[in-house]
Amino acid sequence: MKPTDNNDIEYFHKVVDCQYACPAHTPVPEYIRLIAAGRYDDAYMINWESNVFPGILGRTCDRPCEPACRRGRVEEEPVAICRLKRVAADNKEDIKKHMPQGPFPDNGQRIALIGGGPASLTVARDLAPLGYEIHLYDEWKKGGGMMRTQIPSFRLPESVLDEEVNYVLDLGIHTHFNTYVSSMKEVLADGYDAVFVGTGAPRGRDLSKIPGRKEGDANIHIGIEWLESVAFEHTDSIGKKVIVLGGGNTAMDCCRTSRRLGGEEVTVIVRSPFKDMKASDWEIVDAQREGIPIRNNMPPKEFVVKDGKLVGVLFGKVRAEYDDNGRRSLIPTGEPDEFVEADDVIIAIGQDNSFPWIERDLGITFGKWDLPVLDKTTFQSTLPRVFFGGDAAFGPENIITAVAQGHQAAISIHLFCQGMDLMERPDPFVQMTSMKMGIHEWMYDSGIAMDKRFQVPHVQNDKALSDIRVEVELGFEPPVGFKEAMRCLNCDVQTVFEKDLCIECDACVDICPTSCITFTTNGTEEDLRTRLMAPATDLTQDLYVSDLLPTHRVMVKDENVCLHCGLCAERCPTSAWDMKQFFYGVTKASEVCQLVLE
Amino acid sequence: MSYLKPAFTHPQLQPNRVGYLKKDYEGVISTLCAGCGHDSISAAIVQACYDIDLEPHRLAKLSGIGCSSKTPAYFLSNSHGFNSVHGRMPSIATGANLANKNLIYLGVSGDGDTASIGMGQFVHVIRRNLNMTYIVMNNGCYGLTKGQDSATADHGSINKTGQPNPFQAIDLVGMALELNASFVARSFSGDKSQLVPLIKAALSHQGFSLIDVISPCVTFNNNAGSTKSYDYVREYMQQTAQVDFVPPRKALSVDYDQDQSMEVTLFDGSEILLTKLKPEWDPTDRHSAVNRINNAKANGEILTGLIYINSEAPDLHGLLHTTDTPLNQLQEQDLCPGTTVLESINDSFR
Ligand SMILES: Cc1cc2nc3c(=O)[nH]c(=O)nc-3n(C[C@H](O)[C@H](O)[C@H](O)COP(=O)(O)OP(=O)(O)OC[C@H]3O[C@@H](n4cnc5c(N)ncnc54)[C@H](O)[C@@H]3O)c2cc1C
Ligand SMILES: Cc1ncc(C[n+]2csc(CCOP(=O)(O)OP(=O)(O)O)c2C)c(N)n1
Ligand code: SF4
Ligand code: SF4
Ligand code: SF4
Ligand SMILES: [Mg+2]
Repeated sequence: MKPTDNNDIEYFHKVVDCQYACPAHTPVPEYIRLIAAGRYDDAYMINWESNVFPGILGRTCDRPCEPACRRGRVEEEPVAICRLKRVAADNKEDIKKHMPQGPFPDNGQRIALIGGGPASLTVARDLAPLGYEIHLYDEWKKGGGMMRTQIPSFRLPESVLDEEVNYVLDLGIHTHFNTYVSSMKEVLADGYDAVFVGTGAPRGRDLSKIPGRKEGDANIHIGIEWLESVAFEHTDSIGKKVIVLGGGNTAMDCCRTSRRLGGEEVTVIVRSPFKDMKASDWEIVDAQREGIPIRNNMPPKEFVVKDGKLVGVLFGKVRAEYDDNGRRSLIPTGEPDEFVEADDVIIAIGQDNSFPWIERDLGITFGKWDLPVLDKTTFQSTLPRVFFGGDAAFGPENIITAVAQGHQAAISIHLFCQGMDLMERPDPFVQMTSMKMGIHEWMYDSGIAMDKRFQVPHVQNDKALSDIRVEVELGFEPPVGFKEAMRCLNCDVQTVFEKDLCIECDACVDICPTSCITFTTNGTEEDLRTRLMAPATDLTQDLYVSDLLPTHRVMVKDENVCLHCGLCAERCPTSAWDMKQFFYGVTKASEVCQLVLE
Repeated sequence: MSYLKPAFTHPQLQPNRVGYLKKDYEGVISTLCAGCGHDSISAAIVQACYDIDLEPHRLAKLSGIGCSSKTPAYFLSNSHGFNSVHGRMPSIATGANLANKNLIYLGVSGDGDTASIGMGQFVHVIRRNLNMTYIVMNNGCYGLTKGQDSATADHGSINKTGQPNPFQAIDLVGMALELNASFVARSFSGDKSQLVPLIKAALSHQGFSLIDVISPCVTFNNNAGSTKSYDYVREYMQQTAQVDFVPPRKALSVDYDQDQSMEVTLFDGSEILLTKLKPEWDPTDRHSAVNRINNAKANGEILTGLIYINSEAPDLHGLLHTTDTPLNQLQEQDLCPGTTVLESINDSFR
């Protein structure tokens, strides 16, 4: 193998599994250490800089970081990264003083943001300090988009949402709420220097072809429309028997909301197998905990209506078969159909994009699934001054993806407005700092805590179900947060090897608790992976390889289960190994905050 | 400085045939200097015991005094152990072995512990062919007492104080051969591919096995001019041929590349030639071993690898015709079988 370049930023970026997996590349281990140190403000600001909504995301994030977390490969469960973020948000003090303070000198340019969800808000936050005059339009009375209209308040209290939305709006954003934008042409005619479309994927899928759909309409609801009307308190009750159709997170929110609005027998019915359900594991568990059964392999066949009123749904029975490509087909089992009684049915089977308000003759090209044709890096549409981001760009995802795309769109808009090349993306901010403090003393806590993942406490079910505004999760108390934070392996403290210093004494090999390091003759990656101290079968985890050593061998380190314990560096007599903290920050359109990081 | 080793291990590592993970053969975290050769030898012992499926409770580790003699704390925490006084490990091992011949005895000592204060004990334990493995972690100095030249320091070798050693070195391998030890080997802490199989072979050998392991003291004897420094060893390792794994209780077959010799120029211009044993070398012929070691010495070479083995020589129990049952398991009726037996013995002398 070719030796790993110690200056290769992307190599080390990838070692920090959680940060790498985070769409916004939040410096996770850095903020976890700050939480352990009780520096909640700083931990919050690291998050705020990266993901704009630490308190919201600390409750609702899809957390792609957690399945990626190295700890989950070393023992059973990953660090509770998401819930630690909430610890920072819950325990911070007056945080506003750390944020950019307006008013900002006007740069004379105007930007329109259509839609008030996380994508638009991120663009707003990144561009406001640069002096743009920003106009944000949303059809609802407050900002937040689906974070407000969809995510139920028992998962995300309104106060948390308001607080973090306002941090952005208070940067001097001109808001136009209760304003549905019905014509892009008019927006463009307004002479904005750039327009950002962050309108999400607002159309819930229906089951219009299933018999009885029309007849039962009064008691058949589209999930996201129904949640929206619950959020704005237009709906405050539902029948006693409720069927929720669908296996995604929307279905989980619909069933749990139903339980709080009078639904006594709420059942989730999914046409496919349990293991294929799209909902996050924890959302499923939370629903089950509230006494909601989930039934699988039952596609709806008919909405049964009697005397003009919905009485239930008739379901077929199927089993899943997968072809060689893993493609699934649902095969009827031949069992008799099953009728399930219901007073109300909620259809939560997905969302689509829809841009009825964008005229098709403006030069904005739409492609497959009526999605805009965009540059994947710049988020620019075929009409140069129009940009897209969030669910509106590539279809429904989640908040953190909307934020990450908002950051990139903001950079593009800034470059565009300054007449610069949009492909000249700013480099990430990167710093490598040795953690060496004394001979064998480190500036980070290198000891490995053996605690298992701590469970977040929940309020009692009866209390939770009695009021939709009661937040179910209570968050970690600081002492538990500290312990959970100590489970983090500090993967950003990198093991950096300088081969010229190595005297091949084997001390690092001998001490490494997880047998990461091998000195051996070089070979291809495939071959090397078979000759290491321990199996190196996870191909997504890189091998760190040195140049030839005096004995004509190379040092090979399998990154996979390195604990970042620093013992290799501690036992190295020549400091050929060093533990270096690698800070990687995605550059934003502006230096939007003054991080208090000393 | 870390005083605890994380309890996590690589999740895909498998237990050996007696159900133990390699970690089960480890000890507490070492307090030796970072990079000390002794730690590598400890790791080689761990590896060897894991590889040969040794049940930890079947082994007793014994040592004297010195950094080297501290190492039994750092391996085989689940085995028996005795840390004796300086240079007296062989007596303790002899006593223990006589009492319970069923255990496997692993003695760990230093060049000071063996070649200086313990020399009298060392030669006698060889003479008796006590069934044990005796590893000397040989760094040419008294590491624990801050690096004074030991009796194995080569003539002219310079330690950290900068003074050349005025005395002749004691060669433990030559001495063991002279005393007719039944297993004699030399190795290097930084060459586990050779050391691990040698330890496995020694643990399997019935009788006294000496492994003289050159083990650099990074703190006091790793400077230019020292014949036991890593720099010197680095040169040496360039010539290393891999030693094949020696399966336990099988005929020893050690594979060496031919003509693996090299010259290392020392401070006084003299040269040392490092040579591996050649394939035609017969490690079971003591005369050729003695000749070879003498020739090597005359040529300024250091021989590493297995040097001599006599798997036929009776060990101390054989020499003393002790009972099959270990002495510590003999019951009162075995030891005092009664008047009838006494009379029959007396009768046999009439
Ligand atoms: C039920 C449900 C639960 C979810 N739970 C989570 C979760 O727990 N965690 C998570 O990460 N993600 C969750 N999501 C997904 C997440 O809400 C979205 O991915 C995210 O909000 C997308 O952000 P966005 O900025 O692209 O658009 P949105 O948040 O959709 O915001 C778009 C806004 O623009 C408005 N708008 C649209 N068209 C116009 C127009 N023409 N004029 C004016 N305003 C307009 C919309 O009304 C909306 O307010 C959930 C989604 C649903 C449906
Ligand atoms: C009876 C007695 N004499 C002297 C000492 C002091 N002493 C401790 S260790 C040591 C030498 C150890 O040298 P070596 O066996 O080579 O071990 P190393 O530390 O080099 O591994 C000496 C002389 C002692 N502990 N006990
Ligand atoms: S252990 Fe910590 S740094 Fe490593 S992946 Fe998990 S959260 Fe990130
Ligand atoms: S930091 Fe070093 S010693 Fe610790 S697990 Fe990683 S490679 Fe092994
Ligand atoms: S003093 Fe020398 S022998 Fe002792 S631990 Fe340090 S390096 Fe090893
Ligand atoms: Mg010594």
